[in-house]
Amino acid sequence: MKHRNYFLYRKKTTNVIMMSLTVIAALAAVIPLFLIFYYTLSKGIAYLNLNFFIAMPKPVGEPGGGMANAIVGTLILIGIGGAIGIPVGIMTGTYLSEFGKNKFGFMVRFLTDVLSGVPSIVVGVVAYTMVVIPMKHFSALAGGIALGILMIPTITRTTEEMIKLVPHSLREAGLALGIPKWKTTIAIVLRTAWKGIATGVLLGLSRAAGETAPLLFTALGNRFWSTKIMQPIASLTVYIYDYSKSPFEDWNQQAWTAALVLIILISVLSLLFRFVTRSKYKSD
Amino acid sequence: MPQNDIKISVKNLDAFYGKNKVLHNITMDIPSNQVVAIIGPSGCGKSTFIRCLNRMHEVVGGTITGSIMLDGEDLSKNDPVLLRRRVGMVFQKPNPFPSMSIFNNVAAGLRLNGVHNKKEISLIVEKCLKQAALWDEVKDNLDDSGANISGGQQQRLCIARTLAVEPEVILMDEPASALDPVSTSKIESLIFELKKDYTIVIVTHNMQQAARVSDRTAFFYLGELIEYDITKQIFLNPAKKQTEDYITGRFG
Ligand SMILES: Nc1ncnc2c1ncn2[C@@H]1O[C@H](COP(=O)(O)OP(=O)(O)O)[C@@H](O)[C@H]1O
Ligand SMILES: [Mg+2]
Repeated sequence: MKHRNYFLYRKKTTNVIMMSLTVIAALAAVIPLFLIFYYTLSKGIAYLNLNFFIAMPKPVGEPGGGMANAIVGTLILIGIGGAIGIPVGIMTGTYLSEFGKNKFGFMVRFLTDVLSGVPSIVVGVVAYTMVVIPMKHFSALAGGIALGILMIPTITRTTEEMIKLVPHSLREAGLALGIPKWKTTIAIVLRTAWKGIATGVLLGLSRAAGETAPLLFTALGNRFWSTKIMQPIASLTVYIYDYSKSPFEDWNQQAWTAALVLIILISVLSLLFRFVTRSKYKSD
Repeated sequence: MPQNDIKISVKNLDAFYGKNKVLHNITMDIPSNQVVAIIGPSGCGKSTFIRCLNRMHEVVGGTITGSIMLDGEDLSKNDPVLLRRRVGMVFQKPNPFPSMSIFNNVAAGLRLNGVHNKKEISLIVEKCLKQAALWDEVKDNLDDSGANISGGQQQRLCIARTLAVEPEVILMDEPASALDPVSTSKIESLIFELKKDYTIVIVTHNMQQAARVSDRTAFFYLGELIEYDITKQIFLNPAKKQTEDYITGRFG
């Protein structure tokens, strides 16, 4: 009897120890996140007012001003990036999962994996050589292309994985109704997987919104209001980069606020996606 | 059987998965507006056989030799997509489209086949749900998800979905094997109703079910058609020893 209790006791303590370890690990993961948010909020909140969203930056040396151009610029850049990265990513992912059990599919999958490991600055340099140099000037288009390329691996892989989760029986149901394979893929398979795909799209967009390095060679930055895609364009990340290493106290402050706005922007985007993809039906 | 009463005529059918031959020289005629039951132990090729009839066999990479005629036309000569609108299929596990409402599940085949007239679609949906004996249970919740109803209801929804594209033949692969007895008997009476308008081939491992719903029964064993006759004959007076052993439960 005593024997048995001993083992029970051992089992219990092991349980408690393992449990505590997982809790500590979870905290270790959450604490940096919390700190980032805390610092950005506490440092950035001072300048966070309506003005920051609607005013233009003041000339060098003058305090105050806002980042209206950079906020719009970032939206335009991820818009262009999305216009390229979302369709290419979704179509590639769909191809890989539905038709990609061959050498070509294997190669595409491999290259997508490689692309996801390529540092974003390299993608920036490529966009610089392929777009900026031939056009002879920096542009929102070049920045958007760089961001679009960066989105492709995330969206492709998520799409492929999500589509693979769609039960085979649904494809058969579609085909057995006399629906052609391509229509079955779009109207049934993609439609069933689309919530998961949307998560991948969101991830891709958020990552792109936070990129700085590839924009330095492409969209460059712009202290003035511009929404022209053939002209250099401002972005929050490039402002954060410039302002945080500036000697002006005021600019350092604004860099924090820009960072906070970027976080808010991504959160809003995230909520928007949640809303759009919310279930129409009560229980699922 | 008079020639013009034959809906599907199968001659010397062999079916393969890669090099593996799983159906051996099947020859049988399926008459119009009758229910033909396919019985036999698990793995004997029942599913493979009916999947040859709407060319779903080739979807998983299978191949065949021999011929299958639908109304005297060779299946292999026509487009499989068009064929599947004439020969519908209900699967073993109910597989409604989870991202679609009940209404849209039934409408899916129509819309994706190019019918877009709203009024026409909703008339057909109602008609098919009634034919599938589901209308009264779902008519107030047509916008609910097709995946949130009971298994038995889901299977009837799948039947309604199949009916909507107006097939001539309906293939059913153990349609009630995943269902409770009440749902099973609903499906069985449904089959009885449907045979007025459709030719039905149903796979079942439930002998009582075969006896209750079918006009003719085919007994498959190890990929061969052992015996095919009027259902009564098969159950009361089988010609082959293997058939008798199977229906009396001595193996299988
Ligand atoms: N997709 C497949 N690929 C390879 N072999 C298969 C496949 N489906 C079935 N088979 C084989 O074909 C034979 C007949 O299977 P099936 O037609 O499913 O029998 P039943 O429906 O009577 O249980 C079995 O030996 C099975 O292992
Ligand atoms: Mg089977």
